[in-house]
Amino acid sequence: MLTRRALAAAALAAIFAVAPARAQQRLDVIATFSILGDFVKNVGGDRVAVESLVGPNGNAHVYAPSPGDAKKVADAKVVFVNGLGFEGWLERLVKASGTKAPIVVATTGIKPRERAGDHGNDHGRADPHAWQSVANAQIYVANIRDALIAADPAGKDAYHANAAAYLAKLDALEREVRDVVAKIPADRRHVITSHNAFGYFQDAYGISFTAPQGVSTEAEASAKDVAAIISQIKKQKAAAVFLENVTDPRLVQQIARETGAKVGGTLYSDALTDDKGDAPTYIDLIRHNLRQLAAALVS
Amino acid sequence: MSTLYQIFVSPFTEFEFMRRALAGALALALGACPIGVFLMLRRMSLVGDAMAHAILPGAAVGFLLSGLNLFAMTAGGLIAGFVVAVLTGLVARTTELKEDAALATFYLLSLAIGVTIISLKGTNIDLLHVLFGNVLALDDQTLLLIAGNATITLVLLALIYRPLVIECVDPGFMRSVSRAGGPAHLAFLVLVVLNLVSGFHALGTLLAVGMMMLPAAIGRFWARDVTLMMLIATANGLLAGYAGLLVSFHFGIASGPAIILIAGVLYLISLLFGHVGGLVRQLLPGRHLEA
Repeated sequence: MLTRRALAAAALAAIFAVAPARAQQRLDVIATFSILGDFVKNVGGDRVAVESLVGPNGNAHVYAPSPGDAKKVADAKVVFVNGLGFEGWLERLVKASGTKAPIVVATTGIKPRERAGDHGNDHGRADPHAWQSVANAQIYVANIRDALIAADPAGKDAYHANAAAYLAKLDALEREVRDVVAKIPADRRHVITSHNAFGYFQDAYGISFTAPQGVSTEAEASAKDVAAIISQIKKQKAAAVFLENVTDPRLVQQIARETGAKVGGTLYSDALTDDKGDAPTYIDLIRHNLRQLAAALVS
Repeated sequence: MSTLYQIFVSPFTEFEFMRRALAGALALALGACPIGVFLMLRRMSLVGDAMAHAILPGAAVGFLLSGLNLFAMTAGGLIAGFVVAVLTGLVARTTELKEDAALATFYLLSLAIGVTIISLKGTNIDLLHVLFGNVLALDDQTLLLIAGNATITLVLLALIYRPLVIECVDPGFMRSVSRAGGPAHLAFLVLVVLNLVSGFHALGTLLAVGMMMLPAAIGRFWARDVTLMMLIATANGLLAGYAGLLVSFHFGIASGPAIILIAGVLYLISLLFGHVGGLVRQLLPGRHLEA
């Protein structure tokens, strides 16, 4: 008995001895996808080591978590999620990992927008792609800042300073987007894209997007949908068709071929690219999309 | 008149993608339906499904090496499929292992290798979306691939028709009169792979395998003669392709499943009312003819 108690005491002492040492280390946090991870990185700075479960160019809609992901979640101090039904696989992963970390929903406080699309069964469900509006991104950043302070009170000042600097950059980005959109003639502010993820962008900046598929990439388009889109482009004289980095581009190419609409470059919606790509950070992503839209629509 | 025209013809005159889809579905039916009849007669109806798994890794590797390139993906799929088909044929003919067991081992190995390669590359890109085409998005390249493949299939099938039929009916007799059985069988397996691969890129798995097997099963209920069976199967495949696209157009159902469901309805009708072994026919046998 004595030895066991002594062992337990030694173990406790060891834990307390290690605890202050660990506080000096970087805070391990998890973000579910790369864009959210970028926000966390900007707010956390040097104090936080962030890892994204769905990496650059991945598709979070149909992501299948691996056992390694469960371990990462179990080890994390905070888990940041988008919410609004974006990560359907998350609940089971959290349960499986047995993590004690707080799950922070970064979209808290954002007014959700109903999913676009005329499919009856989508009605009433929220569109999760809230980060497509820069103003919403600022709400993400504020939520992330508050959650990090709650998890690591010692870093309060650093998190405030980082967040303020990043929010200022986002302010500038917001102005930039509005300036560019203002230069596009009003009758050309209509584009087609293969994945209906730009609803918040549409609401915030007044460029309308139509997709041949529903809001999730899982749905397969029917001939009726495609015919409706083609008729719509011809009728509304949509100026451009865009491809994305996550969905089958062949359908969009077929529609462009048939309607003569201009095929724009890639618009990034759900994922950043890797460092060599066009959109390694959120700000790059919005700028890239903006450039692509301007190139196709201003002419 | 005008409404009939609007229902049955104008979707195809109005929209180019519908014309392409129709051409693709018809060409696929021409090649795949006769193949399906032979698969069914040789009791290999599930081979199509197994082969689908064998081909997938090859196509995936092709995609990883060179992106969304029809030729790389086709070549990868063909190589994986041919290797599995040839090994299966060899093992089944030279050892005690039967064809089904040999195929099961090789397609599982192929699938395992493919998944390993993909996971080593560590990508989360939704490969299924990339690998499987959509009948509504056929470009010139893909259409040419399907049409060329249907042509090759019909010509090659005509060349190996006699040995293939004899081997279906009486393999022992075939072995005793000719050595052509083995090569004909291998050539046939190659055709199976060819049709599946082109079907995948064009239309997706469901459609590729479904277009092969369902019309064949329909044909079985209406004819005893192999040639007639193939004609009926192909006619039903063509009908299902056309009607399925119309249903997808008017009712908003995804086009691949729509085509297969139409074939399923045709199959049910045949199951009930078919001349050869249909259920109604069995329950209400005709009067015996007496001399």
